[in-house]
Amino acid sequence: MTDIAGAAAPVFRLDVTSDAAKRRIRKRYAAEARFKAYGLAALGVTTLFVGALIFDIIRNGIPAFTQHSLTMDVAVPADFVPADKRSDPLAIRGADYFPVTRDALKAAIPGIESRRGERTLTRLLSTGAPGVLRDRLLADPDLIGKTVKVPLLLSDDADLYFKGSGTPIIKRSGIGTATPSGTTGEITILTSANDFAAEVVSIKQAAKEKADGQAIEAARLTTFGGQSVAQRVSEINAEIAALRARVDSPKVEEVLDGKLPSKLVEINGGLVKLTKLTDVSVAGEVLLPLSSTDDAKPGDWKVITYATPESNRKVSDQEVAFLERFREKGMVDRHFNTLFFTSGDSREPELAGIRSALIGSALTLFVTLALCLPIGVLAAVYLEEFAPKNRITDLIEVNINNLAAVPSIVFGLLGLAVFLNFFNFPRSAPVVGGLVLALLVLPTIIIASRAALKAVPPSIKEAALGVGASHQQAVFHHVLPLAMPGIMTGTIIGMAHALGETAPLLMIGMVAFIVDVPTALTDAATVLPVQIYLWSDLPEVAFKLKTAGAIMVLLGFLFLMNGAAIYLRKKFERRW
Amino acid sequence: MDMSQQTLMPEKAVLLPVGTSAKVVARNVNVYYGEKHALKDVSIDVPDKSVTAFIGPSGCGKSTFLRCINRMNDTIPICRVTGKITIDGQDIYDPALDVVQLRARVGMVFQKPNPFPKSIYENVAYGPRIHGMARSKSDLDQIVENSLKKASLWEEVKNRLQDSGTALSGGQQQRLCIARAIAVSPDIILMDEPCSALDPIATAKIEELIDELSRNFCIIIVTHSMQQAARVSKRTAFFHLGLLLEEGETNQMFTNPTNERTQAYITGRFG
Repeated sequence: MTDIAGAAAPVFRLDVTSDAAKRRIRKRYAAEARFKAYGLAALGVTTLFVGALIFDIIRNGIPAFTQHSLTMDVAVPADFVPADKRSDPLAIRGADYFPVTRDALKAAIPGIESRRGERTLTRLLSTGAPGVLRDRLLADPDLIGKTVKVPLLLSDDADLYFKGSGTPIIKRSGIGTATPSGTTGEITILTSANDFAAEVVSIKQAAKEKADGQAIEAARLTTFGGQSVAQRVSEINAEIAALRARVDSPKVEEVLDGKLPSKLVEINGGLVKLTKLTDVSVAGEVLLPLSSTDDAKPGDWKVITYATPESNRKVSDQEVAFLERFREKGMVDRHFNTLFFTSGDSREPELAGIRSALIGSALTLFVTLALCLPIGVLAAVYLEEFAPKNRITDLIEVNINNLAAVPSIVFGLLGLAVFLNFFNFPRSAPVVGGLVLALLVLPTIIIASRAALKAVPPSIKEAALGVGASHQQAVFHHVLPLAMPGIMTGTIIGMAHALGETAPLLMIGMVAFIVDVPTALTDAATVLPVQIYLWSDLPEVAFKLKTAGAIMVLLGFLFLMNGAAIYLRKKFERRW
Repeated sequence: MDMSQQTLMPEKAVLLPVGTSAKVVARNVNVYYGEKHALKDVSIDVPDKSVTAFIGPSGCGKSTFLRCINRMNDTIPICRVTGKITIDGQDIYDPALDVVQLRARVGMVFQKPNPFPKSIYENVAYGPRIHGMARSKSDLDQIVENSLKKASLWEEVKNRLQDSGTALSGGQQQRLCIARAIAVSPDIILMDEPCSALDPIATAKIEELIDELSRNFCIIIVTHSMQQAARVSKRTAFFHLGLLLEEGETNQMFTNPTNERTQAYITGRFG
């Protein structure tokens, strides 16, 4: 031990003026600034991701909420439904609407005689197109025998075309006088000027670009592909050679195919799709019949380009021609997609809706709420207020906390094993889904409820005990009502969690194609997130929009529920 | 066991003056919080219709003893009480006794005003309602009015009985708590430092009220303020380190304490 007797005791003084002190201050400021910058950066990144997600979903989802119909005059023949059966809804329902709508279409675009053209035309309409007409006739059977103006729903591809997934259309007027050789079928058109020289050049240009692109692809395959792609490489090389030959021989007739932008000529009220062209003459196929073979003066006829090659779009040139004609006639009508909310699932994207999934979700959540609110709250009250503190309650507490972290699919497996296999409950039924989700949500609700009960100050309970309330009275008259906002918040968040849950429901068979709207807890049903999952798997582009639309609805509900939770919390927030 | 004053008493218990009846009689009360021996062998007689003050430094056991009298300590799982406390000769730790009824007879006012976050009316009406004291709405109105009057709060709140009890000022809240306690017409009112969270004006009002109430109730008040004990109480008990060191007439205690520790505490030399 050092003898410090006699030595002056060290003096510790607060030092605020020296350089070291200033350095310390600077360092502290820098640390604070750094911390703030990290926080802002984290916030920025999160906002960016959330913003991008929401933007993407909304951009994709908004088109799902509108639909296109053709508003047409449909002549319903007098013998459509026999006169004596007009009061019978079944007869009206069961009538064959196809010929009626087909005739209406043919009346709108006269001159389509070929079987192929007719089929293309009728396929523009959805199979569910007569729905509105049927409803009108059911409501008013006197309309039979008259002409009815109704919107006929377009098929998904036609609908998407109008939503902008078609092709840019470029038009320019002809310079010379054009003479068509016929009004239907295969015709040739001669022009007095070099009207198609530019087209020929642009086709050669496109062919050259294509050849260059393929050359790069061939090089890539040769380098990385090895033997397995030798076949493909030789094919590509042949294609390149053909394309190059075309580019190099100027005076040969250019043949248009689906891989190049489509060229059409609008002349004498008709539309001709060009298949072969030189500078001054073209051959083509009539898409919309011409009114005559008269000469068309310069400026009276047009050369049209559908910039997207036919093979790269869902609608053929013929369909584009029809749809554009409908659009010119002002028959295309964009309206809110009520079917999306009023119909169940369907194989036809334009007819598919989320109603059955929404009702399924509602039924499932009803079961979940009915089970877990009373069980969860009472369990929480018991554990928090009445249960003796011992090993068993400790064990239960630990288990509840652990259950909240168990992957949701495990609950699905449990539901499958216990509810379906052991108790033989019906498959895909909301009651089973509700049971499984209740198990999933129960720990959340118990934990939230216990926290809410714990947050009620003990002085309130003491006050009640002090005036001679029993423990149970104190809890149920005072503590529980005061904890209710917190319990509600926890419950709503738990319910929102259940609403968005997919995995456990897959296990109990709620992943099914459900057309009918479920009406009972034991009906086969699906729920919104599962519906989204199902649609996202389908190849049709229209279903991609539906998926995004359904996600928007789901997110809307989630925001609503979380908003309600926040509102409750703010409204009943108490300070003691 | 005969609880009359003639019983042989432990040395620290002081006889009440002749003509004064004991409301609460405690004998050899020990309280343990788990391992901690919080209250050691306390014996005291508390007279009816007067104010008795418990004083002593923090942690001396005065609040613990107060909470034994309405068995509020039962709510603390690790707390254990031995000994005997009787009210009007009835053992309150008798297993056959209903603790809820006991608490209705022994009202309590807490350190921090703790009105229910409900209306003023509901705060007072709650006790009478759960005990079925009112047969009709008008009975209940009468009880509420009487209680608020006794707590000298009626004039201030009679026009806003439906307002929240928590919206009142601190002093008003404490008087509301007193009204709530007397609404169930208890025999005894326990007050655990009722003025410690209040300003001097509110304190003066409460003290005046305590004085008023002592005509009808047996009041036991725990306080840290020597002046308050001197002002409101008739008898004073001094607790120190879990022991009841001295008990007697307030006047005598403050002017001529027999225990030197009491004197030290009263004169402010420690505590």
